[in-house]
Amino acid sequence: MPVETWLIFTLIFMIIGSIVALEIKNLLSAIISIGVVGLGTSVCFLFLQAPDLAIVQFLFEIFALIILIRAYLKAEYHEMDKKSENKLVTFIAIVVLAGVLVLSLDMFGALPEFGNPIMETANHYVEKGNAAKETNSANLVASIILDYRAYDTLGEITVLFTAILGTLTILRIKTGSQKEESDEE
Amino acid sequence: MIVYILCFILFLVGVYGVLTKKDLIKIILALSIMEYSANLFLILFAYKSGGGMPILSKGEKIQGMVDPLPQALVLTSIVIELGITAMLVAFAIRLYQKYETFDITKIRRLSG
Amino acid sequence: MKNKGMTIIVKTITRITVWLILVYGIYIILHGHLTPGGGFPGGVIIALAFLNVLLAQGREFTKNWLKMNLLHDLEATSAILYLIVGILGISFTGYFLSNFLPKGKLFNLISAGTIPVLNIIIGLKVCAGLFFVLWSLAIFHLASKEEEK
Repeated sequence: MPVETWLIFTLIFMIIGSIVALEIKNLLSAIISIGVVGLGTSVCFLFLQAPDLAIVQFLFEIFALIILIRAYLKAEYHEMDKKSENKLVTFIAIVVLAGVLVLSLDMFGALPEFGNPIMETANHYVEKGNAAKETNSANLVASIILDYRAYDTLGEITVLFTAILGTLTILRIKTGSQKEESDEE
Repeated sequence: MIVYILCFILFLVGVYGVLTKKDLIKIILALSIMEYSANLFLILFAYKSGGGMPILSKGEKIQGMVDPLPQALVLTSIVIELGITAMLVAFAIRLYQKYETFDITKIRRLSG
Repeated sequence: MKNKGMTIIVKTITRITVWLILVYGIYIILHGHLTPGGGFPGGVIIALAFLNVLLAQGREFTKNWLKMNLLHDLEATSAILYLIVGILGISFTGYFLSNFLPKGKLFNLISAGTIPVLNIIIGLKVCAGLFFVLWSLAIFHLASKEEEK
């Protein structure tokens, strides 16, 4: 079967999984359904011939699931107030988003056809093995992120460092004793 | 073209979740849906029919490959999204400790 | 997460499997320029191996086994090491972060200049950072439980 058929099937599966994740009442089931969406994108990356990205997406998805399950403490903390439920806002949101979808259908005709990318810059990397000759590494994606565009990877490390710093600062404990102190950065 | 439209529908499901849900954890889940669909959309651009992986192996001739440049950029994006999710979960835990609820309408009314 | 960890069957098995996961993570980091992978997924795998120890053996054992100060310093110095590699690139050729080490032959393990070096630096940084997020989540749970009593 051609790749496009597999992708359509997986995308429909992911859409159903995401709607289930948002509407279900039990929060543990919702977190597991998000795992379906994340692993579905990892399978889609494999169909689109990107194994590097599939490994990274799979591992970071598992890590995000672990952190999210840690945030879920007991089922009774998540019972919402019935009075503040607003059916009008839900209806208006669905109508507006459906309108956005219908109005933007024309725009998808202007995109390049699926399977025919415009490879202007990447032609230099792919043709005749230029990237393999200049950097001598067999993995083209690694040679792009660590040799041709190493400055972007420096920015990425900085953003990850700042986000982890923020997380550790928020989860700081103020106690009197020195024994149970969270890590200070 | 149907693939692009389905990916956009996944993004709109995420937007619907952010707009209408009241539970803090569900808003974080909806943001995760939006970021998965955005990364997938970029990689859908980079597919070349009949192309192979952008990795050379020993003894094989170089054939037509898919575009490796969006893959490098999306790798950066996936790593940053993990930092965002970790920070949001830390916020949620801290807010629960202070306000004793996960409902965002209640968090607006109480004063700290 | 209780302080004592899990049952004795889990403790015995993780004593063996943690080293296997660590070897797999180091393999993915080192072969980043030959096979798919690189610094980022390798760092996550090593952080998950440490999480395995934390869950199975408990908090006290992990605090004595993994030296927290060493991990703390590792995360901070990895960022500076990346910049030092970049500045060394200026001193050898004229450009920041250029590939100045000898390139070697294709498909060798030691080849491609600074690419394996940068992979190792990124792997250490990601591993230390992500493990600290998990560690502080574990400690925070303990503190909030103590306040409730």
